[in-house]
Amino acid sequence: LFPQAPRMFTPSSRNSVSPVLLLVLLGCVLCPPAQANKSSEDIRCKCICPPYRNVSGHIYNKNVSQKDCNCLHVVEPMPVPGNDVEAYCLLCECKYEERSTTTIKVIIIIYLSVVGALLLYMAFLVLVDPLIRKPDPYTQPLHNEEDSEDTHSLAAVPTLAGARANTVLERVEGAQQRWKRQVQEQRKTVFDRHKMLS
Amino acid sequence: GFSLYNGGGMNGTSAMMDFLEEPLPGVGTYEDFNTIDWVREKSRDRDRHREITNRSKESTWALLHSVSDAFSGWLLMLLIGLLAGSLAGLIDISAHWMTDLKEGVCLAGFWFNHEHCCWKSNTTFTDRDKCPEWKSWSQLILGHGEGAFAYILNYLMYVIWALMFSLLAVLLVKGFAPYACGSGIPEIKTILSGFIIRGYLGKWTLVIKTVTLVLAVSSGLSLGKEGPLVHVACCCGNILCHLFTKYRKNEAKRREVLSAAAAAGVSVAFGAPIGGVLFSLEEVSYYFPLKTLWRSFFAALVAAFTLRSINPFGNSRLVLFYVEFHMPWHLLELVPFILLGIFGGLWGAFFIRSNIAWCRRRKTTRLGKYPVLEVIVVTAITAILAFPNEYTRMSTSELISELFNDCGILDSSKLCEYVNDFNSTKGDDLPDRAAGPGVYTAMWQLALALIMKVFITIFTFGMKVPSGLFIPSMAVGAIAGRLLGVAVEQLAFYHHDWAIFSGWCSPGADCITPGLYAMVGAAACLGGVTRMTVSLVVIMFELTGGLEYIVPLMAAAMTSKWVADAIGREGIYDAHIRLNGYPFLEAKEEFSHKTRAMDVMRPRKSDPPLTVITQDTMTVEDVETIVTSTTYSGYPVVVSRASQRLVGFVLRRDLIISIENARKKQDGIVSTSIICFTDYCPPLPPSSPSVLKLRSILDLSPFTVTDETPMEIVVDIFRKLGLRQCLVTHNGKLLGIITKKDVLKHIAQMANQDPDSILFN
Repeated sequence: LFPQAPRMFTPSSRNSVSPVLLLVLLGCVLCPPAQANKSSEDIRCKCICPPYRNVSGHIYNKNVSQKDCNCLHVVEPMPVPGNDVEAYCLLCECKYEERSTTTIKVIIIIYLSVVGALLLYMAFLVLVDPLIRKPDPYTQPLHNEEDSEDTHSLAAVPTLAGARANTVLERVEGAQQRWKRQVQEQRKTVFDRHKMLS
Repeated sequence: GFSLYNGGGMNGTSAMMDFLEEPLPGVGTYEDFNTIDWVREKSRDRDRHREITNRSKESTWALLHSVSDAFSGWLLMLLIGLLAGSLAGLIDISAHWMTDLKEGVCLAGFWFNHEHCCWKSNTTFTDRDKCPEWKSWSQLILGHGEGAFAYILNYLMYVIWALMFSLLAVLLVKGFAPYACGSGIPEIKTILSGFIIRGYLGKWTLVIKTVTLVLAVSSGLSLGKEGPLVHVACCCGNILCHLFTKYRKNEAKRREVLSAAAAAGVSVAFGAPIGGVLFSLEEVSYYFPLKTLWRSFFAALVAAFTLRSINPFGNSRLVLFYVEFHMPWHLLELVPFILLGIFGGLWGAFFIRSNIAWCRRRKTTRLGKYPVLEVIVVTAITAILAFPNEYTRMSTSELISELFNDCGILDSSKLCEYVNDFNSTKGDDLPDRAAGPGVYTAMWQLALALIMKVFITIFTFGMKVPSGLFIPSMAVGAIAGRLLGVAVEQLAFYHHDWAIFSGWCSPGADCITPGLYAMVGAAACLGGVTRMTVSLVVIMFELTGGLEYIVPLMAAAMTSKWVADAIGREGIYDAHIRLNGYPFLEAKEEFSHKTRAMDVMRPRKSDPPLTVITQDTMTVEDVETIVTSTTYSGYPVVVSRASQRLVGFVLRRDLIISIENARKKQDGIVSTSIICFTDYCPPLPPSSPSVLKLRSILDLSPFTVTDETPMEIVVDIFRKLGLRQCLVTHNGKLLGIITKKDVLKHIAQMANQDPDSILFN
């Protein structure tokens, strides 16, 4: 069902620029939300007070700091007279809550864009790629993968591609082919031969 | 030794102007699905370190280089912690949102899940559970949320979303990164013991695993995300290793980093840094030097701190089901706790047996040919069965959180619908009360949920989507624990005059906490499945934030481990390792049979004699014939065929690369050239072709045992040193070879298992 996917990143360990770029990008995107979490509407102290004698239950919200988050500071106006305040406050449950809406928004949008990009990529591979790619002599050796782990795999592809790997496009195509082969091998190992991860 | 492996003959031990002063690219690396040579890797690292230390005395630049080399490990741990924490935050927030997406949307901003949508709403006390900004699908489509048609519409939308998520997950896994399926912990255990699986910890696997983990968890399947988070963290570790030469080129050092990364993974899954380190030590790692202990702790702390600052659940908690009560428990409650332990052990053994049987069926029959269809069918069954019962409709983490919760005055869930008597309440302390009708409904719903989870998890774990098993096991245990806890509580309330209760549980006192029973049950079931001991107890008490409950947790964990071990020896991860045939030499079992090395070594008496290479009499053509006609991963080198005295051991891959390279690059190497493995080659007549010197790829110190060595000692040597092969001598002459695969087959044979199930080289 799935033709091989073209490569996004070069696999060579010496050329570690693109994975580093990806990580830096991820770091930059994730760090600001972690710091930008102090917008005023995202902090509150919430006190829930149940019904007490003839006073009905009520919920109080107030934007105070964590040390001031108790019944005395938040419950205003106090519905019971002074000598009952302590008993009333014992029933109330006060919790300090904070959240960051920016972080949530950014993360959800990042996630949806990654999923969208992967879906588009998959659609491209299944629909568009077989049409634009000419039949490749490099794809033929795929059928001999069974015994290619030994002597031939070391010399086979690099020398064939070595003579033509001059322009960037050629190098990218070479990397793409290698990655396609890798995914094909993995798929065979896991899904067809059930050698791993069964 | 391997003095020429790292950057040329710096030590000048070899006087020859060897062509191979610089190691060839490829020499010293390993093929896919092979085991590394721990001894060689460690000695290479020691050589590198010695060289840097010696050179640091020469110039300031070299000194700085040595200082930065020492600190590179710590910098790497910091980066791993940051990346693992960030990814865990992303996974948590996205999974939370997508799980709620099955039920409705938030009109105030589609990126809010149910809890965050209702955060801002100003409700009165009586309506505090209602939330006008959150619209369920039937409310959105039909305009109202009541009635049979609305229910059916909600049901339909739930099932459709679940199917969409799981279909997308399995298609992404199949299309981009087939290694991203499953839990990952069995494979990581094998990798850490020295096995190479190329691509298993790569960039694409990381991206696909993160994305599909969220999808799989959100689709309502009975799986968790802790195991896959360990895989994600190890991928981060592996990818970041490429930034540092010290770790990129050395497989043994890389595995130290992976152990620390696994600790960081568990730490962010549970908010338990110490538990993470102990989990890495106990379950995942093979060799765990003390230096790794401190660094793993650092990585786990950084990861937990990063996750905390992203704050996925609000209130700066790290895990959804953090427990905050500190009610005391009584010694007599140990009896139900031990009962829960027994339940946990029985369930663990049952689950392992049935899951392995199902996975074996998937591996060997036609069921395995339809992975996408299997995922869709299981998701459909799970979603259809889960929607009607409110306890299976909510996500498993939320269920555990609700079960761990101690009922307060303000809790309005069904589970807390006790018969309240407000006049006798003193502050926040609620006594044991009679169960209201809500509690009874909740009980039978929970019982149905328990049965469903017990059976559906067997078919879910091991499917071709990322699946973990900590959360489903904890859910099963928490449900069983809560049921038992409520039963004991009601027993104590209605029969407070019985002898066993009258001493400590007077009416009006709060003696039984069903939430604690749920926690103990969760620990028992998790221990029964994974056979974790110390790490389980530490994770659980880091979850509760206190040491009060250590004794019940330990009692339950120990009981469950003993009961489960009595039924079946292996935990779930070891069972999967054996099912897949990975070459993993179990380090915890004792080998207790009285066989000797000569019984296990190859060649056997009926086989042709050992394939050897002589040190200076074979031609290139001879060696190539040997290499192509046999598939051994290495060949012993002897002085001569007649004497069979051992010189060293040469690896197949190194031989192939060196010969091919010499044929291309060196002058005068032809098929009739002699290969010479010694320093001083015998003089040849001037008309003969030049000699190919391969001294640098020869291992001069292979491990040998005599043929009378007991196999106990041989297995011990393989475990402790991490050998791949060991030569067997008799009266000083080379007799045969024992490889790690032979040892594994022998152990399997002695345990009456199928020795042919050990796959891979």
